[in-house]
Amino acid sequence: MPELRNVVIIGSGPAGLTAAIYTARADLAPLMIEGEPSSTSDQPGGQLMLTTEVENFPGFPDGIMGPELMGNFRAQAERFGADILTARVTKVDLSERPFRIWTGDPGAEQPTYLARSVVIATGASSLMLGLESEARLLGHGLSTCATCDGFFFRDQDIVVVGGGDSALEEALFLSRFGRTVTVVHRRKELRASKIMQDRAFANDKLTFLWDTVVDDILGSDRVEGVRLRNVLTDEVQDRAAAGVFVAIGHRPNTDLFVGQLPLKDNGYLITEGSTSRTAVEGVFACGDVQDDWYRQAITAAGSGCMAAIDAERWLEAQGH
Amino acid sequence: MGSIAHLTEATFDEEVGASTEPVLVDFWAEWCGPCKMIAPILDEVATEHAGKVRVAKVNVDENPNLAMKFNVMSIPTMIVFKDGEEDHRIVGARGKSQLVDDLRSYL
Repeated sequence: MPELRNVVIIGSGPAGLTAAIYTARADLAPLMIEGEPSSTSDQPGGQLMLTTEVENFPGFPDGIMGPELMGNFRAQAERFGADILTARVTKVDLSERPFRIWTGDPGAEQPTYLARSVVIATGASSLMLGLESEARLLGHGLSTCATCDGFFFRDQDIVVVGGGDSALEEALFLSRFGRTVTVVHRRKELRASKIMQDRAFANDKLTFLWDTVVDDILGSDRVEGVRLRNVLTDEVQDRAAAGVFVAIGHRPNTDLFVGQLPLKDNGYLITEGSTSRTAVEGVFACGDVQDDWYRQAITAAGSGCMAAIDAERWLEAQGH
Repeated sequence: MGSIAHLTEATFDEEVGASTEPVLVDFWAEWCGPCKMIAPILDEVATEHAGKVRVAKVNVDENPNLAMKFNVMSIPTMIVFKDGEEDHRIVGARGKSQLVDDLRSYL
């Protein structure tokens, strides 16, 4: 028989780890399945693992590095006895209780774990452009991780695609290395916060191309440039660049739950009112997988706490 | 057996060229989060598959010329060298099972 757990938490960003801290302190002996290493944001620790300085997380007046912050969260969860498993959940079955969870082969007859309650904290992943050239050039000048790869583009021309906070954060970080950093954005104005915009506009190395989209990334075995199109005039130009960084937004990681839990039109999990309850009793959701509006580390952590308390009270009401 | 050699520009050719086994070289840096996450996985692979494949590391901060020579533009990049020649390239971090799958033909 697979092991039966009180609480299985899927995901290990700020939401999942906060749920782990709270449920561990409540003596529920949670199991957190944290995911597997990856060079995308879909990895143990979540999106903050690919960032540098986090300046707006309360409690750190001088800022803290994203990976260090997540390391602290994890150490705190371990201190209270949360079990952490480095694996990827490959299948869940929420149709009956106890819920069934698979890691490894999703075709296996027996699930890996049974769970009285489940906390979904699978977060969101960075979107790519969806170009054929992306697969060919990823790691050859096209990158999803500015903090990993910025170093390789010293004194070269870099293009950043996107107009939100994460795009500007990458552009500012890359300006330490690149000769020029060009931010390509499909609209006339940025979505990014005022403080990031102010910093970006004050940076001499950054230039902006408005109303512009990337039609293709050029180069056969390494990035040589981008083909840009002005969406207002349809004018096309090729621009030389050695590095291309894509930061055009995120998609919630809900693939495991399609057909089992209702999703919003934009793909996010639906939670009930101001709680973490999903449509299935005993299944709770927190963090970016159910938040299409705030999407901050602190709001994810807060909702992870809510999910832990909701799960704890629900288990108690069930007599566990 | 199974220990991981840290290669430099001075030792690379000798260590990789002279090896009778394929050598998996991990290009990494201290500031790369995904590199840190796969480090323990590489330790395990080195131990569990000792005799089949050797694992070595190149710190790209200390050896920028090696990174440039092999066109490494993203880390972690892992290159398998066979008889001193590049035979297979893996870009980006991954879990142990997938990495072992990627290396299947050498193990």
